[in-house]
Amino acid sequence: MISPAHYIALAAILFVIGGVGVLIRRNALVVFMSVELMLNAVNLSFIAFSRLHGNLDGQVIAFFVMVVAAAEVVVGLAILTSIFRTRKSASVDDANLLKY
Amino acid sequence: MSHSLLLASPGSDFTELATWWILAIVAVGAALGMIFTRRAVHCAVLLAVVMLVLAAMYAMQGAPFLAFVQVIVYTGAVLMLFLFVMMIVGISSADSIIETIKGQRFWAALAGIALLVLLILVVGHAAIGPAAPSGPRNSSANVNDLAALIFTRYVFPFEVTSALLITAALGAMVLAHRERTSPKPTQRMLSRQRVASGHPAPLPGPGTYARHNAVDMPALLPDGSASRLSVSGVLATREAGRTGIAITELIEPGAPVEVIEAEPDAGEQPADRDELNQEKL
Repeated sequence: MISPAHYIALAAILFVIGGVGVLIRRNALVVFMSVELMLNAVNLSFIAFSRLHGNLDGQVIAFFVMVVAAAEVVVGLAILTSIFRTRKSASVDDANLLKY
Repeated sequence: MSHSLLLASPGSDFTELATWWILAIVAVGAALGMIFTRRAVHCAVLLAVVMLVLAAMYAMQGAPFLAFVQVIVYTGAVLMLFLFVMMIVGISSADSIIETIKGQRFWAALAGIALLVLLILVVGHAAIGPAAPSGPRNSSANVNDLAALIFTRYVFPFEVTSALLITAALGAMVLAHRERTSPKPTQRMLSRQRVASGHPAPLPGPGTYARHNAVDMPALLPDGSASRLSVSGVLATREAGRTGIAITELIEPGAPVEVIEAEPDAGEQPADRDELNQEKL
């Protein structure tokens, strides 16, 4: 019998992979993609909990997470485009104007 | 509307377990590949695989609406946005292997393993029971129930979400809008500039009188040397980055060849043709 714990364990693994991706990658696009992976993993656990409890609140929250993630990607990619236009680089190491 | 294909029937536990194993292995493999491949395009494709697998898992867990939203919004819209931005910032924007912070990868891996152990322990100790027997899983009215919930109990967050979306669209327009800092060049200025630049004629086309008639083959000048103006700087740097040799080395060895000094980073030093194009704009 498969239980929601399977899905939650998978969600934990995907979340950790996304977090490691955020930490080790230098390309801002790939960092964004890793953040998306983390959001997706959380969505998976929300839906697993929704099934566990037998109501739909988890699915509604996953829906809202998707909307917020879409908005975040739009603004983030616009920032990335404008940074690339001025500094000709998509690396997170090069955008260090606020350092010190 | 029948969701019998999307909703696993209650008696098919083994089928669900087998499907879960296959999908989980694919998802974890694609996710690991995503953070370890160097090219951003491959990352996007592998992320699409993960998202499609997650959509299948949503469908398996009685969330057909979210499964479709996942495919349409994430795989369809968000990843396409990523690919479009990748076209702007350079499709070959691979990561550098050099660690800018000393020991960063090691500590990142350690933190990842620690977080994984922590989460697995939490999940293992949580005593997560079996799924509720009569949940949304077996109802064929998932969309109706979700709509009822969104428009009654969650109606205020839903409305706030619309404000968020409008703000995000406005923000993207403001951020991506380029202010013109210099006056728009007129046709008169452009023609003056072109004559003054020493290249009044259009740039030579690639492949002219060369051995191949391809866009990445430089044109040969009357004295047999290669014209570096005939190949787009983007192509030259890409070819040099992939094969390690500049394009102009590829033409016949007898001819005196002027080798393009291709930089591996296309963004920092645009080649001559790009500069000329910029001036024309």
